Amino acid sequence: MSDTAYRMTAQTGGVASSVGAGDFFALLKPRVMSLVVFTGFVGLWIAPGDLHPVLAAVAVLCIAVGSGAAGAINMWFDRDIDAVMRRTKNRPIPAGKVAPGEALGFGIFLSVASVSMMALMVNWAAGTLLAAAILFYVFVYTIWLKRRTPQNIVIGGAAGAFPPMIGWAAVTGSVSIESMALFALIFFWTPPHFWALSLYRCGDYQDAGVPMLPVVAGKEATRRQMLFYTLLLIPVSLAPFWLGIAGWVYGGAALLLSLGFLGHAIAVMRDHGDRPAKRMFGFSLIYLAALFALLIVDRAPGVLG
Amino acid sequence: MSELVMNENEKQNGEAADDRQPSEMHRRQRGKNIAVAVVLFGMVVLFYVVAIVKIGGG
Repeated sequence: MSDTAYRMTAQTGGVASSVGAGDFFALLKPRVMSLVVFTGFVGLWIAPGDLHPVLAAVAVLCIAVGSGAAGAINMWFDRDIDAVMRRTKNRPIPAGKVAPGEALGFGIFLSVASVSMMALMVNWAAGTLLAAAILFYVFVYTIWLKRRTPQNIVIGGAAGAFPPMIGWAAVTGSVSIESMALFALIFFWTPPHFWALSLYRCGDYQDAGVPMLPVVAGKEATRRQMLFYTLLLIPVSLAPFWLGIAGWVYGGAALLLSLGFLGHAIAVMRDHGDRPAKRMFGFSLIYLAALFALLIVDRAPGVLG
Repeated sequence: MSELVMNENEKQNGEAADDRQPSEMHRRQRGKNIAVAVVLFGMVVLFYVVAIVKIGGG
């Protein structure tokens, strides 16, 4: 088939007309969305103040849709490198199921819809933060940093750290030191979490030309930086306890979990095989999910008002 | 990348000539239409409920 024919089909929507709803759902990065929704919900749940349950549900929905929208735009922009990497080559665009322009339109539409709904139905602070998170993920991380610097995910991780802050703002209408502590927790967790993955997938990133830290600076430097961030996580994970938004149960568990995470980082330093890195990646997911679950379980009574 | 998409496309075009293919395409289109209908209906209900909550001074 000629290239012209291909273009014609793409332009007339020939590719997209046979698309099922599931392909569009896959554009929303459902697995990323689940963690985003959970941490956003925790921020909303533990924030002081009252929010009507219906509006709380709207806020969580907007966070979920906004996150998915950013994911769709990311898949539109990254379709060239996604096609090269094993982990991502079956995504809807490189698999030829969704036309690039359709994914972009879908993402922009959902971004505007979720931010508008958040601003008009919940409050402007939460709407503004949601817009900031989407714009940061698309422009700062995806377009600007990802292909340029090995520190891409350190700064880009800020986008993923927004949700609990957005949830908190949905209730209080503002940003506070407590919600910034939740932001910091995800922010400092992201580098060791993602670098653990990139340690055993760096061949993929190399093929795609993405300057992941193990590719650019070497695995040894990556392991050192992972250790550095896991050390930083110890005080950061205890911040909710010191700030009084969580009690002793959270504080004790956070310390143990952070020491466990540090143990994994040390194991990664010692054993250069893939297994410790894979284990650390697995543990990192449990670590963050457990900390946020504990924030709900052990919400300090002082902030109930 | 474009080669990959082209191959996929070629496959689809080839299948389009097949008699069974339109029904498969229609089935997927139907699925998408139902999904859009569900989302639209959900939005109507949501906007209605939120309006009631806001009027009620919640």
